[in-house]
Amino acid sequence: MSSTVKIKTLTIDDRQVGAREDQTILEVARENGIKIPTLCYLKGLSPYGGCRMCIVEVAGSNKLLPSCMTAVEEGMVVSTQTEKIKKYRKSLLELYFSERNHVCSVCATNGYCELQSMAQKVEMTHVHFPYMYPHLEVDATHERFVLDHNRCIACTRCVRVCDEIEGAHTLDIKDRGINVRIITDLDQPWGESDTCTQCGKCVHVCPTGALIERGKSVGEMSKRKQLLPYLTKMREAHK
Amino acid sequence: MSKTITIEPITRIEGHGKITLMLDDNGKIDNALFQVTQFRGFEKLSEGRRFREMPSLMARVCGICPVAHLLAGAKACDEILAVKVPETGLLIRQAINLGQIIQSHALSFFYLSVPDMVVGFDANPMDRNILGVLKKNPQMASDGIRLRKFGQSIIELLAGRRVHPAAIIAGGVSDPCSSEVRDKILADIPEMMRIVQRNLDWYKQKLNQNGSSSLRVSPFVEEIRSFANMKSLFMGLVNDDGELDFYDGKIRFVDSSRKIVADKLEPADYQNYIAEHVEKWTYLKFPYYKPMGYPKGMYRVGPLARLNVIDRCGTPQADLELSEFRGLSSGAVLSSFYYHHARLIEILYSLEKLEQLLAEPAFTSTKTRATAGPNNLEGVGMAEAPRGTLIHHYKVNEHGVMQWANLIIASGHNNMAMNYGIMQVARHFVKGEKIEEGMLNRVEAVIRAFDPCLSCSTHAAGKMPLKIELARPDGEIVHTLTQG
Repeated sequence: MSSTVKIKTLTIDDRQVGAREDQTILEVARENGIKIPTLCYLKGLSPYGGCRMCIVEVAGSNKLLPSCMTAVEEGMVVSTQTEKIKKYRKSLLELYFSERNHVCSVCATNGYCELQSMAQKVEMTHVHFPYMYPHLEVDATHERFVLDHNRCIACTRCVRVCDEIEGAHTLDIKDRGINVRIITDLDQPWGESDTCTQCGKCVHVCPTGALIERGKSVGEMSKRKQLLPYLTKMREAHK
Repeated sequence: MSKTITIEPITRIEGHGKITLMLDDNGKIDNALFQVTQFRGFEKLSEGRRFREMPSLMARVCGICPVAHLLAGAKACDEILAVKVPETGLLIRQAINLGQIIQSHALSFFYLSVPDMVVGFDANPMDRNILGVLKKNPQMASDGIRLRKFGQSIIELLAGRRVHPAAIIAGGVSDPCSSEVRDKILADIPEMMRIVQRNLDWYKQKLNQNGSSSLRVSPFVEEIRSFANMKSLFMGLVNDDGELDFYDGKIRFVDSSRKIVADKLEPADYQNYIAEHVEKWTYLKFPYYKPMGYPKGMYRVGPLARLNVIDRCGTPQADLELSEFRGLSSGAVLSSFYYHHARLIEILYSLEKLEQLLAEPAFTSTKTRATAGPNNLEGVGMAEAPRGTLIHHYKVNEHGVMQWANLIIASGHNNMAMNYGIMQVARHFVKGEKIEEGMLNRVEAVIRAFDPCLSCSTHAAGKMPLKIELARPDGEIVHTLTQG
C-alpha cells in the first residue's frame, strides 16, 4: 500500500468500517463479510456496473447506487439490504428472465448458473413482466465453444476477460439497451474469428449458459470459477 | 330436432380433449368428433437450438412419459453423432424405459380405468376414482399405487429424478449404475410380479364372470363389443426375433386377421409408410398407413397393437399370458377394451425383462456414453412409449443447430381409431330423450382405453370439472349435466 493512500471511515449496514480511498463500497463490504449480490462484477476484471444487482442506498442520495462503481467517502452511511433494494433486485432479475429465453430445464449449465442461483437466493418465484421471447441465434460455429445469445445477460465478463486478461479482444458488444449483443471480431461467426486464441476464459467467467463448451448436454457444464483468481494471482506473483 | 352434446374436458385422461356428439332429429348419433383443443408447437420452438438440448427439450412434451421422448430424441441424436452407444448405456436406457412403462401402465389401469370396472360405469362420478376403488377393493388400490411407485423409483434411481430426468443424452446415458442400485431394484421385482399376477387374475375373472369363457356373460360384454371394436391395421416395433421390444427393432404392420402387411420397415424410412392427414376441427393430425391411403390406412398403436404384431413377448410368464390373450380372437384382438388386458401383460413382460437386463454383467460397467460432434445432418429416433410408437425426426446444420423437427407422438397414431371408437360407442350407448351421465362416461371410457396423452401433461391427480351440454343447432342449451 502506498503511504499516500488515505483511509476513510464509513458505515455499512450499521457497521463502522475503514477503507482505502481508492476502494469501492462493494470491495469494502466484501472485505468485511457483508454480502452484496453481483452478476457482472468479477474480481480480477475492471468493474462495469451493468447488472445493477449490487445497488445500495447511500444516506443523502435519492438514487440507488451500484456499489461496484461507487467509491467510498468519509462518513458515508450505506444500506445494502433494505426492503426497497430487495424489491428492486428481484424486479431486475425478473426483467433478465423476461428479456431473453432463459430456459433452465434444458440448459447445459442447469445447476451451475449464477443467474439461476441468484433467483433462488432472492426467492424469485414468478416473473411479473411479459416474456419477450426474442428470436436469437445460437452461434455454434466455433470448434470448441458455443455462444447462445438466448441465455446472455450482457454482463460483459467475457468481453473484459478477453481484453484485459487474454489480451485478444476477440469479443465485444454491439448496439445498446435491449438490442445489445456480444459479437466476435467484426460481428462475424465465432468460427471465422482470426483473433480468438481458443483459451476458453470467456466460457469459464460467463455466469450463465450463454457460453459453454461444445458437446455438453443438459446440466453438464460447470464453470471453473477459480480460473480467474488463480490467473490473477500467478500474474502478480511473476511481476 | 337435431342436438349437439359436448363433453369437455374429457376426464381421467392425460391432457385436454373434447368430444362433440351430434344427434339427428330422432335422437340418434349422427356424427361424433374427438377434438384436441391445445396447440403446443414443440417442433417449431426447437428450431435454432443446439441438438444436444433436444432430448430434454422434447421430453417436456409429456410429464407422464418423458422417458420415451428422451429415448426417441436421444436415438435421433445418436444418428446425428453417428456413434454406437456402448452396451452399458443401452442397457440402462432400456431399464429406465421399462420403469416408465410400468409406472405409466399402472397409472392408466389402476388410477384411470379401474374405477369404471370396480365402482361401475354408471356409478356416481364422485366415487368413480382411485379413492372409490380404495373403498371397494383396498388391495387393488394399494397394488396400483405400489406398482406405480416402483416404476417411478426405477427412473429416479437410474436417471436421477422421477420426472424429466436429464441422464439420457446424445450418445448414451450420463451416469453409470452402481451394483447397490441394481440390487435394490432387483430385490423388489418378486413382489411386483405377485402384484401383477394377482391383478391379471382379477381382471380375467371379472371379465369372464367367474371362469366362464363365454364373452356373452361378461359384465362388460356391451363395452367389449362397442369400444372401438373394429377392423384396422396395427403397428409396432418388433425385434429381430419377432419379440416385443420397447426400445429397438423394426416396424411391422399387421391387419385385423394378424396377417403381416409390412415387416422389417426401417424407422428412418417412416415417411415412406406413414403420412399425416389434417382436419380443420382438431389440432391432432391423423397419421395413416401411406400405401393404403386415408382413411383406409387407419392403424392402431400401443399395448393392444404391440401384442397383435409380435410373434412372442420373449419372457416366460408374459408369453403364457400372451397365448391366453390370443385366444380372445381368431385373428388380431380387435376390441379396444382389451387395451387394459394388454397393458397388464406388458407390465408383466417389463418386470421379467428388467430382471434379465439387470442380470447382465455389463449393466454396472462405467462406459455409458459415446462422444462425438455432429457427423450427420439428420437423425430419426423411434421408441415404444407406453401409448405406442414414438417418432422423433431432426435435421441440423453442419454446426449441430436444429433446422427442422418432426414428431409423431403415440396418441396421434390412434387418432383415427379413437374417432371411430367414440362414434361406435356413442351409437351403442347414447340413445333416447334424456342423456344419462353413465352413457357419456362410456364415450369417455373408450378414449381412456387408448390411454391417450393429449397435451402430454401431468394431470394425474386433482378434480377435473366436466360439463356436458345439449344444444340446438342455434346454440340454445336444452340440457346440461355437470360433474366435478
